[in-house]
Amino acid sequence: MRFGFRLAVPFLALLSAPIAAFAETVRWDDQVSTFSLDNGMDVVVIEDHRAPVVVHMMWYRAGSADEKPGVSGVAHFLEHLLFKATDNMEAGEFSRTVAANGGSDNAFTSYDYTAYFQRVASDRLELMMQMEADRMVNLRLSEADILTEREVIIEERNQRTENDPGALFNEQANAAMYMNHRYGVPIIGWRHEMETLDLQDAQDYYEQFYAPNNAILIVAGDVTPEDVKDMAERHYGPLEANLDLPERLRPQEPDHKAARRLVYEDPRVAQPYVSRAYLAPERDNGDQKTAAALMLAAELLGDGQTAFMTQRLQFEDKSAVYATAYYRGTSLDDTRFTTIVVPVPGVSLSEAEANMDRVLQEFLEEPIDTAHLDRIKRNMRAQEIFAKDNVQGLANRYGRALTTGLTIKDVLDWPDVVDSVNEDDIKTALRDVLQERTSVTGWLTSDAEAAK
Amino acid sequence: MRQIFLSITAVFVLLAAPLRADVDIQEVTSPSGLKAWLVEDHTIPFMALRIGFKGGTSLDRADKRGAVSLMMAMLEEGTGNLDARGYAQAVDELAASFKFDASDDAISISARMLSENRDEAIELLKGAIIAPNFDQDAIDRVKGQIQSMLQSDLKDPNEIARAAFDRAAYGNHAYGSNGDGTPESIAALTQEDLFAAHQDTVARDRVFISAVGDITAEELGALMDTLLSDLPATGAKMPKRVEVGLDAGVTVVPFDTPQSVALFGHRGIGRHHPDFFAAFVASTILGGGGFESRLMEEVRDKRGLTYGVYSFLATRENSEMVFGQVASANDRVADAIDVIKAEWERLVEEGVTQEELDHSKTYLTGAYPLRFDGNGPIANILVGMQMQGLSTDYVNTRNDKVNAVTLDEINRVIKEVYLPDELHFTVVGQPEGL
Repeated sequence: MRFGFRLAVPFLALLSAPIAAFAETVRWDDQVSTFSLDNGMDVVVIEDHRAPVVVHMMWYRAGSADEKPGVSGVAHFLEHLLFKATDNMEAGEFSRTVAANGGSDNAFTSYDYTAYFQRVASDRLELMMQMEADRMVNLRLSEADILTEREVIIEERNQRTENDPGALFNEQANAAMYMNHRYGVPIIGWRHEMETLDLQDAQDYYEQFYAPNNAILIVAGDVTPEDVKDMAERHYGPLEANLDLPERLRPQEPDHKAARRLVYEDPRVAQPYVSRAYLAPERDNGDQKTAAALMLAAELLGDGQTAFMTQRLQFEDKSAVYATAYYRGTSLDDTRFTTIVVPVPGVSLSEAEANMDRVLQEFLEEPIDTAHLDRIKRNMRAQEIFAKDNVQGLANRYGRALTTGLTIKDVLDWPDVVDSVNEDDIKTALRDVLQERTSVTGWLTSDAEAAK
Repeated sequence: MRQIFLSITAVFVLLAAPLRADVDIQEVTSPSGLKAWLVEDHTIPFMALRIGFKGGTSLDRADKRGAVSLMMAMLEEGTGNLDARGYAQAVDELAASFKFDASDDAISISARMLSENRDEAIELLKGAIIAPNFDQDAIDRVKGQIQSMLQSDLKDPNEIARAAFDRAAYGNHAYGSNGDGTPESIAALTQEDLFAAHQDTVARDRVFISAVGDITAEELGALMDTLLSDLPATGAKMPKRVEVGLDAGVTVVPFDTPQSVALFGHRGIGRHHPDFFAAFVASTILGGGGFESRLMEEVRDKRGLTYGVYSFLATRENSEMVFGQVASANDRVADAIDVIKAEWERLVEEGVTQEELDHSKTYLTGAYPLRFDGNGPIANILVGMQMQGLSTDYVNTRNDKVNAVTLDEINRVIKEVYLPDELHFTVVGQPEGL
């Protein structure tokens, strides 16, 4: 949301409104239903009766960007710790029980959400609810678990980030993009802060954010809304809402006045490249058209063999091995529009960057290929058919949307909003975003001198 | 404001009844004699089609390493009067999706198409499979992408480890090197080499087909003939068996990075061996099945030495291995390796308990039907089963085979399959104390 750095809009409405909105079961189409429990927990049911399988997901409206300063990584650390002991279960018993019932389970943390899920035979759903409700409120952290699990997340950081120069580069570029917002801090945490995370840090985050009125239950698969409601009321219904749940107001970005540039040099880089990110608006409740235009701009520029950057740089002047653009619109606060050019051997990063600028300029100046735009739109319609084949994917779509300020209606409206976007909308949205002063340009290279 | 929730007294485990995969597989034969497995489901108006050709990158000719892989990458780069861009546009017009993949033992095509334009999609796919152009311009461009990838592999600890481990295990056999080739071998490949790789690998005597979704048996029969009746009858001779040549011990490949990557393994057991299922259950207890294995318990949960550690039975067409992987900081990887070795020894000395066996069985038998979710995944499984020589009935009998494993049997088989004295580790990084 908030393109142009308007004042922060309070998100209180999002936290309290759904209770009233979903009190009765609402059937949105032949697949999706929603309702709310009295304690404020929202529930989404996505039906698919082809196989006797169900995915049970608990999404919290809390991610790494909701952390306090100084404890980066605690949202993700807590996600690991939720597999430890509760008042009713031993450490590891949760996953052991899922496995003993033939299921699999895992969890993930992002900037705006933390989610836990199990895939099981549909007749095991109630057991999942019983256990998930338990660990929402009854976690019992121990010093020993904290110390060992902290080593695990540091090894996770080693594996995902320290061992990968591309990941280190992205981390630096994000930090340069966000001067004030927590999106500039890595989800997994800065290493020096991870090393000091303690029981109290995890406990504080847990008590602040893990409550039914900050959670969205999504059940997808061979279930009916009636059965889900019945079970959810039994297991989640008795949990008490956290009336002290804070408004979801994060520090917002100030006006960006100066473009930032960085060069990350690492001998482990085999393939140098240049990336450029621009601060960009995200999808907002009832206001998704700019985001849809930016999504289409990214597809036109960088998705597939027929895309503009691909054609100009890979096919025509053969200066790039790979060129792309991407935009992730599902975000609570300001997101990024990013372009990447990977030059062929013999083309320097400064030349690659000049090529990138030239092509972006050409895209803005030349008429948009209407046939290409139509293909993309038609394809997106078809994707809605293919999406029905993967209810876990659909569950993720709703989970991401509902934890980033969107509603069910926004998700269902999205294809129509995309359809309504025309060439002018795309040009206007892209022109507004491609502002040098909001940009971060990064070079990833093994040799900064040679890259010039 | 947090209420303590006391209504749970004990979390009980429901004993899983023997579950069966809920799929009805039809065997379909086309008018010209091509065979396929079909799962018909008209719920969603599209079909997933999977076509596999046995052989894969192991069929690369001498000095042409990477040819099969490059050939597969080139199938979507133009056919007939369509160049790469024209082909991509045509596929997009139909909202179809074609993916081409090459692995050690097979090349495969995964296609997804809407019912409303299936015939047009099949025509397009046919062009790619039967009559690719291999335009020089496109070859040069795709080669550039592969070269970029290969250069990256040379500085990626995971890829460095894989290359060193495979070389140690398989030497000059195709399994001993990267199927994508080397920078030198890729540079030398010509258009003629791609046509040769196509002839060698894309043939009727090695094709396996499955379709899942909105199509009838009759329609599938006709479709197969349209798509594949122009295939040549035969391809290159299949590769030979190879034994694992690993020696016990630790090989360190120095590479300056904070976390060491270790691959480990020794010779294994084949898919059709009578003891396979006992070994498979044992491998799940030791190193498979998500968070529940002994290795995860000992290396991660108790000691925090890693984010992930796995081991499993790696069965390939022409060789088999017990294989595993772990990654730990340079100053801790020696500890991780010690724990893994100790677990290997404990497994052989003490065997597994009845409780572990029962737990593993409920997990494996319960998890099996959950794999069959979605048209695409089911199509992949069905071609995999055909390539392994299994019958359609396997989906109904597989869990019985797991359940039939007894404690005596598994503990006997463990001593034959798990070989602590042969365990080899390849470690990439700056490990301390190794």
